[in-house]
Amino acid sequence: MYTPLPRTMFPVRFALLLLAFAGALSGCQSAKGSTEKTSSPSAGGPAAGPALAISESEVVVGQLHSATGTMAISETGSIQAERLAIDQINESGGILHRKIKIVQEDGASDWPTFAEKAKKLLVQDHVTSVFGCWTSASRKAVLPVFEKENGLLYYPTFYEGLEQSKNVIYTGQEATQQILAGLDWLQKTKNAKTFFLIGSDYIWPRTSNKIARKHIENVLHGTVLGEEYYPLGHTQFGSLINKIKAQKPDAVYAIVVGGSNVSFYKQLKAAGVTAENQTLLTISVTEDELLGIGGENMVGFYAAMKYFQSLDNDNNKKFVEAFKAKYGAKSVIGDVTQAAYLGPWLWKAAVEKANSFEVDKVVEASPGIELKTAPEGYVKIHQNHHLWSRLRIGQAQTDGQYKVLYESDLIEPNPFPKGYQ
Amino acid sequence: MQVSLSIWAMQAFNGLSNFCVLLLMALGLAIIFGQMGVINMAHGEFLTIGAYTTYLLSQISERWAPWLLDWYFLIAIALAFVLAGGLGLAIEHFLVRRLYQRPLDTLLATWGLSLIMQQAFRSTFGAREVSATLPGWLMGSLKPTSSIDIPINGLFVMALTVVLTGVVFFGLSYTRFGIQVRATMQNRAMAGAAGINTPRVDRLTFAFGCGLAGIAGAAFTTIGSTGPTAGSSYIVDTFLVVVFGGAQSLVGTIASAFSIAQTQATTEFFMTGSMAKVLTLSAVILILMMRPQGLFALKVRR
Repeated sequence: MYTPLPRTMFPVRFALLLLAFAGALSGCQSAKGSTEKTSSPSAGGPAAGPALAISESEVVVGQLHSATGTMAISETGSIQAERLAIDQINESGGILHRKIKIVQEDGASDWPTFAEKAKKLLVQDHVTSVFGCWTSASRKAVLPVFEKENGLLYYPTFYEGLEQSKNVIYTGQEATQQILAGLDWLQKTKNAKTFFLIGSDYIWPRTSNKIARKHIENVLHGTVLGEEYYPLGHTQFGSLINKIKAQKPDAVYAIVVGGSNVSFYKQLKAAGVTAENQTLLTISVTEDELLGIGGENMVGFYAAMKYFQSLDNDNNKKFVEAFKAKYGAKSVIGDVTQAAYLGPWLWKAAVEKANSFEVDKVVEASPGIELKTAPEGYVKIHQNHHLWSRLRIGQAQTDGQYKVLYESDLIEPNPFPKGYQ
Repeated sequence: MQVSLSIWAMQAFNGLSNFCVLLLMALGLAIIFGQMGVINMAHGEFLTIGAYTTYLLSQISERWAPWLLDWYFLIAIALAFVLAGGLGLAIEHFLVRRLYQRPLDTLLATWGLSLIMQQAFRSTFGAREVSATLPGWLMGSLKPTSSIDIPINGLFVMALTVVLTGVVFFGLSYTRFGIQVRATMQNRAMAGAAGINTPRVDRLTFAFGCGLAGIAGAAFTTIGSTGPTAGSSYIVDTFLVVVFGGAQSLVGTIASAFSIAQTQATTEFFMTGSMAKVLTLSAVILILMMRPQGLFALKVRR
């Protein structure tokens, strides 16, 4: 007997197909995802020598961020800060008597594109250095390219650590710098003994919470009541909030990222969990994110960062003023934006110390470089290519800024912490 | 874990609230995809339009009409319906109606449209997420007892969902236009022969579905983010609900939203969030394997 296929089957199949499609897509859009790309086989010859794009009056650098796609939200600030720094360097006479020219490429929030564009910048444009990347996934994608072509990357984001390359200078904090002092502060000032760890489900929050848990259990002798992860883009936190209410931790330690952040804090507030009855410390909400969350939804909660826009020092006042003059009075500056601003200045200092643009010489000259004009105060490049820096605790205000409550001593970067892995 | 009665109460409310969010998201798509069979990948972007409408209106009333701040949100919901619906009308006219015979091409075309719209949002409003200043009465919580907090934004979304679902259900079942819609979707040639202007029905149905998405987007500013790609975070769940429920059945959509939300909320409480999602989706896949037509299928002789 002939049985025609029910017509309803077709939409169902299409929809399943597109669900799979959309799922795969959202997977690769995951901010700071863990997808490690191996380098694509090189078409150009072996790592050619120092054929860098330098003329008598000009030196070319690359800029490689996502100007489009889902990560543009975060990376726009870095693009702006690096441009500002380069403009300022050019205005003050350039670098070894040369003006800096920028070749900007768009990684488009897509990790293979990052690798491709990195290769283009190094092989075709022969740039002397690159300021770029934001997510760990994009950094992992370009790393083999930079190592093979012997390029130099200045990477601005605070990240999970466990990496060190000759060809990368990390201007953000690695995990231990951002985490340990913050937890110590919670214990000391808030008398926190029990903790609840929350994160988005990918490498950075998981690695960071692992370090946090070891520190809480082994050093602070506290208790972790719960450790919870939610997929990126998750918008319903009701069950989690009820779990927090049931457990009553002394402190919540939150590493939620992206749009999920907004849902998380709005729903916390709506469920009556506010700073008045719950201590919460986050390491993932800068002023950039706070803009989207709305200060009134997070007021009173704490963030641990190395930089806040409200830092009260002369360097920072000048920086904030210049940034607002260039990009509008309403613009906000988060931790990563400031770290991105350091890149060109650190590079300038190293080039001048080496008296050369050659990558090997610049890398050799880098450790020990100090920057006393940094908006965050003072930084110094460590032998391991990360920066000595301070950790601050800020308290969220209704106007979308943080009030700085605490400042640590200079912390030595330690990307491979013993006893924390 | 010691779980008190009040936690149970709040968790029950949470499940219901998740159900309403899912249903509100899926309502527009239940019409566009369920009734018309158009795979609209840009559905999430119509949600985003609603969200940005709310944001714009909050900015306007903050600057020029502070007295409106408490109530602008209700106007925003109406305006979101009009704007999203209007754009839906235009898109049906210029794009979708040319592709009714080619469902897979509609998928591609609306996917492209969603990318265009995302970039348009990005160019207009900037890549950063924005936040609408929500009226104070929406953001608090009710306290029936000292240990129970019922979020008012959850109640609000719930009420809105009930009203809209009622309107859609009643509209499709009893009004003249609703009957025309169902007639057109079930047998286009016959409906045309009976004197129904089927292209007009298509256009209005599509616009209505988009308008509903706009309302959902406006409502979701109370619980989620407003950014260029905010809508795309809902699209997977939305299709899931409609497909699982049985594409052409509104009752199916309601049942599916309810079962997915309750499974999710319950499992979330007893295991980690990611595992809860895995479990929920596995159950959905399993059931769809056994019932490919979804929970409720319309029985029509073809």
